[in-house]
Amino acid sequence: MTIDLEGRAVLLGDDINTDYIISSSRKKDTLDPGVLRHFLFESIDPALAGAIRHGDMLVAGRNFGCGSAMEVAVTAVVAAGIRVVLARSVARTYYRNAINNGLIPVECDTRGIAADARLHLRLDDDGARIMDQTSGRAITGHPLPAIMLQILGEGGLVPYFRKHHDFVAP
Amino acid sequence: MPGKTISEKILSRASRRDAHAGELVICDVDAAMGTDASAPMTLDYFERMGGTRVFDPSRLVFVFDHYAADSSASTLSLQARVRDFAIRQGVALYDCGAGVCHQLMVESGRTRPGALLVGADSHSVTGGALNAFATGIGSSDLAATMICGRIWLRVPETISVVLTGTTRPGVYPKDIALALAGRLGADGASYQTIEFDGSGATSLEVDDRLVLSNMSVEMGAKAGIFRADAKTAAYLASRAVTTPVVSRTGEAFTPVEPDADAVYAREISLDLTQLEPAIAMPHHVDRVVGVGQAVGTPVHMAFIGTCTGGRVCDIHQAAGILLAAGRIAPGVQVVIAPASHQVDTCLRLDGTLDRLASLGATIIPPGCGPCCGTAPPIPADGANVISTANRNFKARMGNATALIYLASPATCAASAVTGRITGPGEFGEVLT
Repeated sequence: MTIDLEGRAVLLGDDINTDYIISSSRKKDTLDPGVLRHFLFESIDPALAGAIRHGDMLVAGRNFGCGSAMEVAVTAVVAAGIRVVLARSVARTYYRNAINNGLIPVECDTRGIAADARLHLRLDDDGARIMDQTSGRAITGHPLPAIMLQILGEGGLVPYFRKHHDFVAP
Repeated sequence: MPGKTISEKILSRASRRDAHAGELVICDVDAAMGTDASAPMTLDYFERMGGTRVFDPSRLVFVFDHYAADSSASTLSLQARVRDFAIRQGVALYDCGAGVCHQLMVESGRTRPGALLVGADSHSVTGGALNAFATGIGSSDLAATMICGRIWLRVPETISVVLTGTTRPGVYPKDIALALAGRLGADGASYQTIEFDGSGATSLEVDDRLVLSNMSVEMGAKAGIFRADAKTAAYLASRAVTTPVVSRTGEAFTPVEPDADAVYAREISLDLTQLEPAIAMPHHVDRVVGVGQAVGTPVHMAFIGTCTGGRVCDIHQAAGILLAAGRIAPGVQVVIAPASHQVDTCLRLDGTLDRLASLGATIIPPGCGPCCGTAPPIPADGANVISTANRNFKARMGNATALIYLASPATCAASAVTGRITGPGEFGEVLT
């Protein structure tokens, strides 16, 4: 499996919890990620959802996706056209939910990535490598466990389960 | 081979392998849980994955706790879908008002020592207080577990937190949890288990251990586990057994202890005698200071309840201060949310809730709503809220202009009496 993606960096800080990604109260009215994406990050930056473009990459600090395990915090991000989250660390429930929905979480040193930087990600069996084309810096991501690479490679947990009907050792 | 931690032992048993930290294992799940906030999405995934029957309906439970019975047509429709599924599949369902899922999972006898539990809610770690490996997952993973009865897990490294001594009067389990959050940070236990140990852990009652396990996820932990002891056994003996008493791997559930030579990622000791009443300042759970540093901040709402601070002992602690003072400061709204109907019943039978209501407190039905802004009361614009809950993120209670301070039930009550953040020490005479 080889995934090549390019995108623009959208910068976020440390400890961006899932309530900041999408407010818990929003999911009372709809679970439709196409609607929820308009409310992304509303409690920390109301203008951000409107500024996010298809193909952007989220670039965060430590502990991205901490707090609630709510999965709309991933599906709303995916609905906004985001395929990749780079963060110094990703909270475990967000990490799992991301993989299950085809959002690629890359744990790496995001310090030094500038707002709007052009980023290129290559993800293959050797791991994740990011080229910050704006600064010229190459960044290596932490390796993903084999089962996560497999789920991601098969398109997420839904196609994985339609194929295997169970968790299988990779 | 080196010895094993509690997590390594439980996940070895559940995966039928000799598993050690860092390895990936596929485990049989002993019990699974979803809420009205997570289960509707779970049913979407279940159908899209091709699911038709739940692997074992007796090992699954749904709880309606995030949305109140009197909320909107859209939330009642989400609940209706889950209710219909539960009836068709023979899955147990706790409807609105029964309580917060994590309290119900322990109170109903569903959480057993040595068991592997998964819940589609982050505070599922609460079950670790009863020596279970209990962890939070998302809706899609719950759907997968409902189909196959299994889940893949990375066996976590463990941080040993050794509690020594006993707390001074006015210092409560919430203060221990906040002190630990301040020390470890919001990601200080990421991907790891916290194993609570030492004489200080033994001296805590089960209801107190639940506070520490519950808050362990605020440090990023995958699980927060205590040893089982006579207190655990007594707690379980008083619970109706509403769930299978045999694990998926065929053994009776038995307490799991770490080996003497278990390998830990870190060891931290916390001397409980040194702790003081603590406050987590807005908007970070790990921005913890002694209550003295926040004294005097005006308070507009005191929220006493939730899966962290809404058990009988918590509300008794708060009531002791409020009733002894005999007043709530003008301008403060006191909201009491018992963690479950059973808790609510105890507090009604002993007169606590009636006396608090007579004092002017608002008693609301058990549920998660106010804690995460999914049901009223939502704080007013610019309100300062002092709360027994576990999170103080901006907008967490549904209003981005409110400021949330986290504290023990006693500190919340003392603050409600004076109208300003106040430590329980000023009310020392009622603390015995």
